[in-house]
Amino acid sequence: MTVNTIKELLDARVLAGEDLLDTEVYRACGSDMMSDVLAHVNDQSVLLTGLCNPQVIRTAEMMDIVCVIMIRGKEPDASMIQMARDRNICFLATNHRMFTACGILYSAGLSGGD
Amino acid sequence: MKDSLMTLRYDVSPTDFTRAGEASSDVKNKLKQLGVSPQVVRKVAIAMYEGEINMVIHAQGGQITVDITPTLIRMELKDVGPGIEDVEQAMQAGFSTAPDNIRSLGFGAGMGLPNMKKYSDTMQIDTVLGVGTTVTMTVNL
Repeated sequence: MTVNTIKELLDARVLAGEDLLDTEVYRACGSDMMSDVLAHVNDQSVLLTGLCNPQVIRTAEMMDIVCVIMIRGKEPDASMIQMARDRNICFLATNHRMFTACGILYSAGLSGGD
Repeated sequence: MKDSLMTLRYDVSPTDFTRAGEASSDVKNKLKQLGVSPQVVRKVAIAMYEGEINMVIHAQGGQITVDITPTLIRMELKDVGPGIEDVEQAMQAGFSTAPDNIRSLGFGAGMGLPNMKKYSDTMQIDTVLGVGTTVTMTVNL
């Protein structure tokens, strides 16, 4: 599915990467522990997280993750949003909690990969 | 290294967690510019990033040297931290000595060293208690 589909399914706001909404994503990962995220590489993937610090964007950068979704309505600061923009990472925010957000995407056909 | 085509050196700041990863980010960009395959770039980036985070969490920073040779990327991460008491234990997935405040930052899950081993083709740890640790990793091109 596209990032734009994810945005609509999760009723999400776009914080950065408005021009990247047509990007296809094939896998998703939900975690607040970045080392767990770093343990499993998947191409064209999206990260859902409740962790709100610059290392989230760094982790996404190292993993070539195309889209990061902040859950539970968290508001990243301007420097974090700029970091995502500088790295061509689409950055969304949703009010859904982790379980619900993951469930919505899984039900719509997005898988967790290996 | 005598067969190195390019050597990159970085100082890892001991105090600023928000800046941890800047060296790995720079190496990733340079390797991409050199036309190294995306899979190799990602392996180097993740292995080095975990090491860089470790240097900030456990060892008050240090120095990283990256050598690019015709056949491999070699990363040497050197710190003058406390050393690793039991390397075998530290290599176990899930074992961590990181304080709780680090866990609240998204690290300290005990996956750092296992991830570094997973994404590198060779890894060597030289550590002396009270003196420091040098981790050397290579990723084949």
